[in-house]
Amino acid sequence: MDYFLTEQQKTIKNLARRIAEERILPVRAELDEKEEFPWDIVKELASADMFRVFVPEQYDGLGGGCLELCLVMEELSRICSGVAVTYAASALGCMTLMEYGTEEQKRKFLPDIASGKRLGAFAITEPTAGSDASNIKTTAEKVEGGYLLNGTKQFITNGGEAEIYTVIALTDKSRGARGASAIIVEKDTPGFTFGKKEKKMGIRTSATRELVFRNCLVPEANLLGKPGLGFVQAMRLFDKSRPGIGAQAVGLCQGALEAATDYAQERVQFDQPLITLPVVQQILADMAIQTEAARALVYAAARYVDSGAKNVTESSAAAKVFASDAAMKVTVDAVQICGGAGYMRDYPVEKMMRDAKILQIYEGTNQILRNAIAINLRKRKARTA
Amino acid sequence: MNIVVCLKQVPGTTEVKIDPRTNTLIRQGIENIINPFDTYALEEGVRLKEKHGGKVTVITMGPPQAEGALREAISLGADEAVLLSDRAFAGADTWATANTLSKAILKLEKTDIIICGRQTIDGDTGQVGPEMAEMMGIPFVAYVSKIEEIADGKIRVSRMIEEGHEVIETTLPAVITVAKEINVPRLPSLRGITRSKSARVATWTINELGVDANAVGLAGSSTQVIKIFFPQRISQAEVLTGDAAAQVDKLIEKLRSANLL
Repeated sequence: MDYFLTEQQKTIKNLARRIAEERILPVRAELDEKEEFPWDIVKELASADMFRVFVPEQYDGLGGGCLELCLVMEELSRICSGVAVTYAASALGCMTLMEYGTEEQKRKFLPDIASGKRLGAFAITEPTAGSDASNIKTTAEKVEGGYLLNGTKQFITNGGEAEIYTVIALTDKSRGARGASAIIVEKDTPGFTFGKKEKKMGIRTSATRELVFRNCLVPEANLLGKPGLGFVQAMRLFDKSRPGIGAQAVGLCQGALEAATDYAQERVQFDQPLITLPVVQQILADMAIQTEAARALVYAAARYVDSGAKNVTESSAAAKVFASDAAMKVTVDAVQICGGAGYMRDYPVEKMMRDAKILQIYEGTNQILRNAIAINLRKRKARTA
Repeated sequence: MNIVVCLKQVPGTTEVKIDPRTNTLIRQGIENIINPFDTYALEEGVRLKEKHGGKVTVITMGPPQAEGALREAISLGADEAVLLSDRAFAGADTWATANTLSKAILKLEKTDIIICGRQTIDGDTGQVGPEMAEMMGIPFVAYVSKIEEIADGKIRVSRMIEEGHEVIETTLPAVITVAKEINVPRLPSLRGITRSKSARVATWTINELGVDANAVGLAGSSTQVIKIFFPQRISQAEVLTGDAAAQVDKLIEKLRSANLL
């Protein structure tokens, strides 16, 4: 289908595809097996200007929006979802800064993110705050010379590898979520260390790690926006970043669909290629439908975000939920079509199926997001009643 | 540092078909690419620029569409591009090509190093680089697999020879041709692609070069292609029959009569 992308968008998508096919494909199985952080690939992405895509032009970026980011995500994820999330996490780590940061803060951090010299990361999740994100315990006490951070963040993508962290912490404990603030913490700040590196089911090349703050003093100049708005800032951030996870799902769908189709074409049983069997055709057709529907919804949601629309919660949640459910189903079906071979690590669909599961969990579980959509439905009904 | 990289646009395949009627390459439906060996030359040029400063000028001789190869080179890090294009340049052999390229390089501001691929995948001669050096009266090193140092107007390189590697030092300016072992060419960057679309590509004809029409193109070529043809395939297989022992006897007899045993 033609999504009427601009020349620049096509250029971005094509180059992301080239990087994925020429540089990531040859090493993806090894990266997955060894759970190694893909620094070489990150450098390739940086030298190709991929980290500039989502940064405004005045900070050495290319001024792209949500859709451009989605196009890169889709193409990277088609080959390796673990690399894709590593890339996206750097964007997530600086989006709050782009939206609420002062000119000085942006000048200080964004050019390094854009060039890929330093990676970003975003940290809200804690042992007590997953879906219940407002239940964070990490504190940032106002002291002379800045904020003193104490607490532990959990499951942080790019943890340990990134150098610029946007951390949500309580600057006013007594006010709970209304006392949360977004603060930039740089790696190597005294009192900031890294805990356990998680061993994951999928996206294994990406780093997922604990951030530990013990009397970590951060300059006051690192506070993003007004104190007390951290939770709202985080929720708005996810509203805008969720289409990116949807795009990650679309890429996985596409990769799995292609792998299954190739296999069905080559594999002969009962004297004929699998793809000539109606039962296989039905599954493949459904996979193709799911993939394209997910893509259409993700692109539409991304464009809605880029339009500057005020409330994008529902559409971005819908795109993330639909696409991630599609990715789970499509990758499971891809393994089914590839049969015994598909279950083996020598074939890519095994990894794709493992990689898909997280998409239904992170950046808001699909259940929490359905809740959010339902709440909006009720609110609208209440207004018109 | 002023770095010049010579490159050629070639058909993106090694299975070229020849039109039996006209004896020329069938170019229809074949995408043109930068000669793969030249991509290593370009990458090395860009790396030298990143290390020592200066600029990379890419230069090619070819039909107007060869501008595409130059724009691609800009997306990969080249700064300036010159296309040598004139009907008078057509049909050039390696001598005429080297003559045209070296005249163009002499027209540029002072060049420190000229880098070429070791050979093209269509002509396969590997002659243009050394011929240019000879014409310009400067040193030449072939099959360079590593540039070890550039300092004080000298360059030290490691080059591949049959038994191993040879380290050579020479003065600059010089021409080197590079082997694919020298680097892994980068992919284009988004900013490079944007720049390549709007960059100015200078086109020089025979007038700009100020060379004699008899020293370029077909007229300036002392070698000329008379005919291109596929070798005829003659198959003379003979199948021996009978049981294994009989077949062996027949085979031995045949080999003896051919004086092979």
